[in-house]
Amino acid sequence: MKILLIGHGMVGHKFLEELAQLRQPGTEVTVLCEEPRAAYDRVHLSEFFAGKSADDLSLVAPGFFENSGFALRLNTRAAALDRRARTVTTASGEVLPYDKLVIATGSVPFVPPVPGNDRADCFVYRTIEDLEAMTEAGARSRSGVVVGGGLLGLECAKALRDLGLETHVVEFAPRLMAVQVDDDGGRILRGKIEELGVRVHTSRNTLEITDGARARHRMVFADGSHLEADMIVFSAGIRPQDILARQNALAVGARGGIAVDDQCRSSDPDIYAIGECAAWRDQLFGLVAPGYDMARVAARHITGQTDTAFGGADMSTKLKLMGVDVASIGDAQGRTPDSRSFRYMDECKRIYKKIVVSADGKQLLGAVLVGNADEYGTLLQLALNRIALPADPEFLILPASDGKAKPGLGVDALPDSAQICSCNNVSKGDICAAVADGATTTGALKACIKAGATCGGCVPLVTQVMKAEMARLGMAVNNHLCEHFPYSRQELFHLIKVGNIKSFGELIARHGKGLGCDICKPTAASIFASCWNEFVLKQELASLQDSNDYFLGNIQKDGSYSVVPRMPGGEVTPDGLIAVGQVAKKYGLYTKVTGGARVDMFGARLEQLPAIWEELIAAGFESGHAYGKSLRTVKSCVGSTWCRYGVGDSVGLAVELENRYKGLRAPHKIKFGVSGCTRECAEAQGKDVGVIATEKGWNLYVCGNGGMKPRHAELLASDLDKDTLVRLIDRFLMFYVRTADRLQRTSTWRDNLEGGLDYLKEVVVQDSLGLAAELEAQMAHVVATYQCEWKTAVTSPEVRKRFRTFVNDGRPDTRIVFVEERGQIRPARAEEREAASAGAAPEMAV
Amino acid sequence: MHTASPHWTAVCSLADILPGTGVCALVEDRHIAIFRLAGDQLYAIDNIDPRSGASVLSRGLVGNLGEQLVVASPLYKNHFDLRTGACLETPEHSVRSYPVRLNGDSVMVAPG
Repeated sequence: MKILLIGHGMVGHKFLEELAQLRQPGTEVTVLCEEPRAAYDRVHLSEFFAGKSADDLSLVAPGFFENSGFALRLNTRAAALDRRARTVTTASGEVLPYDKLVIATGSVPFVPPVPGNDRADCFVYRTIEDLEAMTEAGARSRSGVVVGGGLLGLECAKALRDLGLETHVVEFAPRLMAVQVDDDGGRILRGKIEELGVRVHTSRNTLEITDGARARHRMVFADGSHLEADMIVFSAGIRPQDILARQNALAVGARGGIAVDDQCRSSDPDIYAIGECAAWRDQLFGLVAPGYDMARVAARHITGQTDTAFGGADMSTKLKLMGVDVASIGDAQGRTPDSRSFRYMDECKRIYKKIVVSADGKQLLGAVLVGNADEYGTLLQLALNRIALPADPEFLILPASDGKAKPGLGVDALPDSAQICSCNNVSKGDICAAVADGATTTGALKACIKAGATCGGCVPLVTQVMKAEMARLGMAVNNHLCEHFPYSRQELFHLIKVGNIKSFGELIARHGKGLGCDICKPTAASIFASCWNEFVLKQELASLQDSNDYFLGNIQKDGSYSVVPRMPGGEVTPDGLIAVGQVAKKYGLYTKVTGGARVDMFGARLEQLPAIWEELIAAGFESGHAYGKSLRTVKSCVGSTWCRYGVGDSVGLAVELENRYKGLRAPHKIKFGVSGCTRECAEAQGKDVGVIATEKGWNLYVCGNGGMKPRHAELLASDLDKDTLVRLIDRFLMFYVRTADRLQRTSTWRDNLEGGLDYLKEVVVQDSLGLAAELEAQMAHVVATYQCEWKTAVTSPEVRKRFRTFVNDGRPDTRIVFVEERGQIRPARAEEREAASAGAAPEMAV
Repeated sequence: MHTASPHWTAVCSLADILPGTGVCALVEDRHIAIFRLAGDQLYAIDNIDPRSGASVLSRGLVGNLGEQLVVASPLYKNHFDLRTGACLETPEHSVRSYPVRLNGDSVMVAPG
């Protein structure tokens, strides 16, 4: 069967994913995509301006088309359809036959038909190309206007503000977000938005756009007033892209859109339409969740599974517009006959909440939340599942007083079929099943069933359901470190810090039981180091250290160790390189340049380590902490000093940062990167902390990762001067050190952080917890008490004595045997080792 | 556990082993890990980790899991019972244990 898909947007791609999962043999799938790139996340389009790249927004998993065998043709527009011949002709004239055709062409932005709407520097806001053009224009503009004060218009206003423009929003209706909120809600929202520096003009009917006097354009309004700006973006709604249907006499809906039935079939049973281009019972759906639902239904129906049907969608939404929570549920305007409403308005904090209930007061019909949408999850479930309301429903939206808990909705009250994540159609039952299969963190649930993975609005509710289910299954809803301590790492950190505890003996006597183990001992050692920063091999601390920390080297598969001297920022003098080479040569070590831009020497035996380090220290080197859960490297590009494109001294900053944070013990290793310009040669956005030079200072990215689960770092703050940058990194690192679980990299920590990036910004940048001074002071203590552990170790006879293979014999370890490969040593394989140790005396093994 | 009448070899003094850690002794060509736990209790098992073939068990962290006193291999973190040498995760990787005792200040082990 030949399946032809027109349109590779979010919904089109979801259709392909569903199809790939159904694995129907004998299907041949071709995808026509008008845009120059494969499907990307249009919901998060505005993040493009906050530093995300087109690649970050891509929805296509690596290898998707290779593995599925589906053929994707980019830059290919479907120009004509011949239903009788069952072919589609592309813009370049190619004729493609189909058995089943799926139209997922989405929608086109509506541009009000006013004279001058086609002037240069007038844009629509739909594709990455639109955004690139806006960015280009933004760079040579001082002001911008968004036409349209709806959901997308406000997103767009945020984008203009991110571009640094004086931003205006012009709306035809008397209030913002006219569809989703009521007059009072609109007023509060307007206040919030204006507080952020965006100027809002409502009840404005644009007559024409002409040349401006002080800016490029002048918008002339029906009331005689005008507004000037350098660029204009139209975001006044969308219209379904249904032209193929209209040209071919397919039925269309009353408000446009290709009319479809419950199986998403058009009036031609071999043609399906899904997403924004489809009209179901004359309704259009401009949200991604119903589009995904249609994609699932169409994919199943085409492959012969007739068990599913599209049944409409709930159009409730919750979003954050420029940091302002706005949510709308069901009958937000109270249009149901005899419905009644409860409203709460706080004009000081600019919060507005309204619920609409049925005449008998028993059912929740709709709600509007502006300024704070904490109750969204609860209210949505009450409305969707028709759960009986409590006797005094007003308490659902009133602020809690006198410490009384709000009448929440116990998640136990939800039926298994309750949809928790509408983007990915995840029900309460799905979450419970995943929990039973061992997914017991929000990060794990995102990974295995995609709960909360698209818009993220449902994450608090997902977490609640997860915890309740864990409790119900009797699974330890605890994050206790191990059997010896009934505390999480974060709690243990607090106990150690507040209790001024400095030894494991005291810690386990006061807060734990037993002897400890290989989990809690290194964790305690790491916390002691973060809090007090004493020498890690000091008598009371030494026995807590993992082998790597105990011998200050990375243990290798044969029991030998690696030696990594620090080269801050990847900078090393010729004399330094020579010294490293001489040491490696003298001790016969294998040398390799690491991914962190320094030199790693392998194959050192325990008893050789102190002598090797003595020589390296004499040459001016320090421990590189390659063995520790601590700062590893600060990778840098060469920066403005040498590079003709560089705008900042990335090496200088990298050296400074590496020297500041070296030796900091953390829940896991920490890597930095500093790039001298946006070309990003240091790959800083793949690091726990990434810094990129801008014309105005430094941009700070956090929580990136390479390795097993790559994750792009996110922009925490931009255009910082160096002092502010360092202060924010201090806070960020210490907040991570305090609150992460053991062996949790910043990326996983961030994925599990309730409140996500916004919360992190609040804590680190805006100091919402009032912790900043404490975090900075703690970092200052760690920085001030830094010591090179190897220097302390080699100068202490008591510590130095521990570096021996045998307690009773000076000979080296006969199990460490090397053979030569590519001119250097490598550990012998088992059979090579047995052959060598059978013949040779131990001294000859190397 | 080896039970034949042992012949004891002195390997080091008690002070050579930091409390809560282990050392490796070379006794009659055997690599033996000797651990010193709380109350100066001593335990001895093979030092060679069967999974890797590397001589490293004395460098693992010691502690308890439930009733068992254990050391975690520094390479793959599998646990060995200090009293018997049994590997908790994969019994086929178990090692043997040795009698060990304190004679005055001298740590004695019986490689037998």
